[in-house]
Amino acid sequence: MEVATTQMKKLLNDPAEVVKESLTGLAAAHGDLLRYDADAQIVVRADAPIEGKVALVSGGGSGHEPLHGGFVGKGMLDAACPGEVFTSPVPEQMLAATKAVDGGAGVVHIVKNYTGDVMNFKLAAEEAADEGIDVESVLIDDDVAVQDSLYTAGRRGVGATVLAEKIAGAAADRGDEVASVAAIAKRVNEQARSYGVAVSSCIPPAAGKPIFDLPDGEMEVGIGIHGEPGRSREPLGSAADIAGLMVDAVVTDLKPKEGTKVLPFVNGMGGTPQLELYLLYGEVEDRLRDAGLDPVRRLVGSYITSLEMAGASLTLLALDDELTTLWDAPVHTPALRWGE
Amino acid sequence: MASEIAVRAATITTWLEEIAISVEAERDHLTQLDAAIGDGDHGVNMSRGFEAVGKAVAGQGDSVPPGQLLILTGKTLVSTVGGASGPLWGTAFRRAGRTLGKEPEFDAAQLADALDAAVAGVQELGAAEPNDKTMVDALLPACAVYRDGLEAGDGIEKALEAAAEAAEEGALATVPLQARKGRASYLGERSIGHQDPGATSAALIIAALERAVQRAG
Repeated sequence: MEVATTQMKKLLNDPAEVVKESLTGLAAAHGDLLRYDADAQIVVRADAPIEGKVALVSGGGSGHEPLHGGFVGKGMLDAACPGEVFTSPVPEQMLAATKAVDGGAGVVHIVKNYTGDVMNFKLAAEEAADEGIDVESVLIDDDVAVQDSLYTAGRRGVGATVLAEKIAGAAADRGDEVASVAAIAKRVNEQARSYGVAVSSCIPPAAGKPIFDLPDGEMEVGIGIHGEPGRSREPLGSAADIAGLMVDAVVTDLKPKEGTKVLPFVNGMGGTPQLELYLLYGEVEDRLRDAGLDPVRRLVGSYITSLEMAGASLTLLALDDELTTLWDAPVHTPALRWGE
Repeated sequence: MASEIAVRAATITTWLEEIAISVEAERDHLTQLDAAIGDGDHGVNMSRGFEAVGKAVAGQGDSVPPGQLLILTGKTLVSTVGGASGPLWGTAFRRAGRTLGKEPEFDAAQLADALDAAVAGVQELGAAEPNDKTMVDALLPACAVYRDGLEAGDGIEKALEAAAEAAEEGALATVPLQARKGRASYLGERSIGHQDPGATSAALIIAALERAVQRAG
């Protein structure tokens, strides 16, 4: 079969089918953990619904893998609703997912703060409520690069989403009721801040070319996860410079007390190797200690990505004993696995 | 008020066809505009949505009231477009449809009510005000100019022609604005100097309505 030559070199069959075909592969690789319902376009835990357990549903545009489908499994999400690349899923998906996983104890929707995601989840939550399902929605908006004011759509939901899904998933697993699971996810969001930097753009499969041009020697600062340009363009700094920029941005905004126990999450945007992420992590940890903070848990890897964008984000979560216990609780999903 | 021309389901079907053609023709342009200040998928999403609308509407008989066709259009857009455009346009068409009810035809003044209801629905869901650099910047002036035209005694065709021009001007007038809603708002001042893709597609949709009514007349 001939594949059109464009600026992109991707492993594709048909760009229009990329999401469906990828989800088919995800289910083939992890059939013990999840299944893919192609008609409803949702990924569901293999053993859902679980009677009496609060269920967690998240979703959003595709292109951020392993988010969200890779976090479906024990101790994290019960279902994920993937939209087209960088496009919110539609309410029918969230409604189908909500019904598929409701074990009678209610469902928590974890929604990243993007205009489209918020609207589509809102419509779905209203419909689910009409059908008698207790739905609580939690909005994740941790990106300090966006000014939160009346003059913007508000801060974007980025890295804190992964942490909230893990920690709230553990709360649901230990038997918390729906309001408590939602409250814990909200607490994660309130105690987390993120900031991202890109050194290259990404290529959406349907567009076939980079979203923006980033000349040699420059970096895009304050980026999100959709290839959208950031707040400003700066000369490319060293990893030490970038770590300094990220730590300053999140610490200035979060204002943790001296000695606060923290979980730094250094996240790759998809095109940056683990070699560089650990290098960056080392720089980040040094600076956090210099700032008087106490890193006691860490996450380093590409978990919420922007296709093949090169770059990284730092999410800093201020921990308390309960959040730490929930973080340590067993999890078994395609992308995160520890404990038992 | 001049309300001599009645609009029937066939005109709505033509409108939806005209939108699909126009959105498809402008797909790359809309996507380029979106790539500059958003995420570069507006053309693809709108094109996919109105293609689905075409299929959904094709299955309906001629006896379906125009309002019901618009409600079906709205539902189809919500379930196929995704993003913010899906719920926003879905709401717009559903509100317009509900305003028209189940009558077999409607007149120029009822169209004004339907358009106003559509924009009110968009503003309610998206909380956008004029000059936020959104589709509202094309739709609000179009509705106002259309209603003014009718009140000045213009016929539906002339009033819609003016409305389409107003929508186009509204879309162009988004260029110097700083986005305050939607994904473009993340850019802050960097959103200035770019035309809003949502306002641009909104102008295409109003222009398609003008053509549909002309063709029917």
